[in-house]
Amino acid sequence: MNATAAMPQSTKKPPVQKEDAMWLQKEMINRNYHELATAREQGRKVAATFVPGNLNELLMCFDFARSLPETNALQNGLRKKSGKFILDAERDGQSEDVCNYVKADLGMMLGGEIGPTGEALPKPDILLLSYTGCFTFMKWFELIRHKYGCESVMLHVPYQGEGKIAPNMRNYVVKQLKETVIPTLERISGVKFDIDRLRQYMKESTKAEEDLVAVLQSAKHRPSPIDGYFGAVYYIGPIFTAFRGTPEATEFYRVLRQEIEQRLREGKGPITPDGEMGEEKYRLVVEGPPNWTSFREFWKMFYDEGAVVVTSTYAKVGGVYDFGFRHDPEHPIESLAEYCLGCYTNLNLPSRIDMICKYIDDYQADGLLINSIKSCNSFSAGQLLILREVERRTGKPAAFIETDLVDPRYFSASNVKNRLESYLQMVKQKRAAAPAAH
Amino acid sequence: MTTVAPVIQIVERCQALFEDLELNAVKQWKAAVPGRKAIGYMPIYVPRELVHAAGMLSVGILGGGDQIEVIQGDAYYQSYICRIPRSTIELALTGRLDCLDGMLFPSICDVIRNLSGMWQILFKDKYVRYFDVPQNYEDAIGGTFYINELQALRDDLGKLRGVPITDEDLNASIRVYNANRRAVQDLYAYRAKNPWQAPTSEVYLVLRAGMVLPPEEHTQLVRDYIAAAEALRRPKRDNARVVLNGSFCEQPPLGLIKSIEMAGCYVVDDDFMLVTRWLLDDVPASGKPLEELSKAFLHRSATTAAKYDAKREDKGVFLLERIKTSGAEGVIFAAPSFCDPALLERPMLQDVLSQHKVPHTAFKYAENTGQMAPIREQAGTFADSIKLWSTT
Repeated sequence: MNATAAMPQSTKKPPVQKEDAMWLQKEMINRNYHELATAREQGRKVAATFVPGNLNELLMCFDFARSLPETNALQNGLRKKSGKFILDAERDGQSEDVCNYVKADLGMMLGGEIGPTGEALPKPDILLLSYTGCFTFMKWFELIRHKYGCESVMLHVPYQGEGKIAPNMRNYVVKQLKETVIPTLERISGVKFDIDRLRQYMKESTKAEEDLVAVLQSAKHRPSPIDGYFGAVYYIGPIFTAFRGTPEATEFYRVLRQEIEQRLREGKGPITPDGEMGEEKYRLVVEGPPNWTSFREFWKMFYDEGAVVVTSTYAKVGGVYDFGFRHDPEHPIESLAEYCLGCYTNLNLPSRIDMICKYIDDYQADGLLINSIKSCNSFSAGQLLILREVERRTGKPAAFIETDLVDPRYFSASNVKNRLESYLQMVKQKRAAAPAAH
Repeated sequence: MTTVAPVIQIVERCQALFEDLELNAVKQWKAAVPGRKAIGYMPIYVPRELVHAAGMLSVGILGGGDQIEVIQGDAYYQSYICRIPRSTIELALTGRLDCLDGMLFPSICDVIRNLSGMWQILFKDKYVRYFDVPQNYEDAIGGTFYINELQALRDDLGKLRGVPITDEDLNASIRVYNANRRAVQDLYAYRAKNPWQAPTSEVYLVLRAGMVLPPEEHTQLVRDYIAAAEALRRPKRDNARVVLNGSFCEQPPLGLIKSIEMAGCYVVDDDFMLVTRWLLDDVPASGKPLEELSKAFLHRSATTAAKYDAKREDKGVFLLERIKTSGAEGVIFAAPSFCDPALLERPMLQDVLSQHKVPHTAFKYAENTGQMAPIREQAGTFADSIKLWSTT
């Protein structure tokens, strides 16, 4: 187990400005890579799984070291390694048309599975395929399985096509967990399932979830003490990956919340890589994942203009906690099912639009910006209708930019900057036309 | 005066149905009896038996092909998303789908899935359902889920017609579709045996007619086509026998199918309109209909990229079996651009084929692809290589 109660102390001397919690987050993620790299010497089995529908508490019940291929891909994107991996995967037969997360991951495998931190990652013993909100996940793990020859286990999570979780959907997920997933994890790990252990992890999860929501919702204040998109990436890191349910994550979120509440009391805005953000001029809601290959450059375009993202749908991709969902230790299996069914990309388009409109209202946002990702049909298909509907319902301006997750070929800085600046001009004009509203 | 051969007459009728984006056949069917309803569906599979049991016409919607200029539809999609949703939206926004009382969007990929939500927003007066199918193939798990999904659809359609659908209604419809499937299977077997007698450009049109005709009529049409095709002797060529794989959703233009044939390939199996033969054999029509439909789906259904292979060794088995059954000498992977399921599946299938020394080639298309020369060249080279060098 990698759970420890003590909050680790950061020893890094930052060349860029970050909150302490941001540095700690980075260290936690790096430490997980080290745990993965040394899993074999420690006699541990390795499970790979996805961020949406991530069953971290369950995997910990079987002592698995946890690898998240999406996180590997994005970390490689941040470290400018993904471009080569994608080209390698394309040379190996993958189409240029398909998801670049998949290709970045496959490219990493082709290069000897050297992880983002430079340590070799082990071949997984089990691929836990949480088929939540993304069809491509299924093919992704089939491809990895085809290369590695390791076993996979499917957790099929039905889509909320009708905008709600029907009992049939919940029962189906619960049954799969009880009759397929848990027995498979027991067999692979050699560890018997202990539901009380799961409950214990979930108690930790709920504390962390409570604090995360407080942090994310702090952006309702003016000025917002956080950036709910670029900054939130750091905040969601532990809870969306291998740490949800650990005391370490609980402590991380407790400290983070304190830090943010302190900023709130002091009336400070977000910390950016260039230090404290200046005057908050624009408050935006963002839909869609960020670009990772030029992450800092992308963020700078916003804070240079005084634009803060007060909330984002991407920060809900690994769990929609701000509308009340919490893992429930009293009903742990059912709670895991609810969690998977409720992840953002598992919501239908009308529900996503409702959510964005509510965000614009609750966070007093100036409008919506959609970062449409070439790789991600789950997010992207339908976003132009989302844009129109949100504009129609809120009367707030919306704008559309296009980038990719980890393929540097799809990030055109000048285009993105032009679009963003034009959009902010439009917001300004709208304000001028309706001064009473601001 | 020259007499047009019956097979040509049948094909011409099918071609007219194929080209009729106004869905006049559906309108005529509805007009024949007041109160009739029609339900559209997208690829790959929906249980059409339920729609039929409700007394409704199920209508396969496969995009606009190369016949319409997409103007409004492009405003809803980014350039990196496949073409079928944008031309489908175009069809709807231009009133061509007004005769449909509802739409079913099966679980196939994220794009079609999200299109269901767009339909809910854009066409609020229509019945819309995202039809989920299980990826767990245990009767007690995926089967239970699926039976409940079938029941929900059955309830919805019953409400839409104003009278619940009985088991007797459903069993009668299961019989109708069993007959249709047998006819289509016979057509495929006939083509595999005599591909020069039943070119795929014709078989395709006969199959497409089943997207707008009532199943009883389509079954007869298929039977008539087989008989008429057999009656007209056509020259047999030394073509390469190929399976076409990856065209299960967005359709290639008819010209592309013709180009492959003209390049020296006999297409002896394909995955066009899998809904017509998704279930591999008869569904028992005297028991509990939903349970029987579920068992057929779970245990006796086709395999394609949208379906999870539970084990690594399952990958490609269905394709290899099709190659064997149809006597194919190679596989052409023809997938729509930006089709995640087909394009992500392809490298795995290619690997399996390579291991089994089955020749294969691959290209992409869009439903409005206009340049056929490169495809003809590639398919021609592939056919030549099979004829000249293949050891199988």
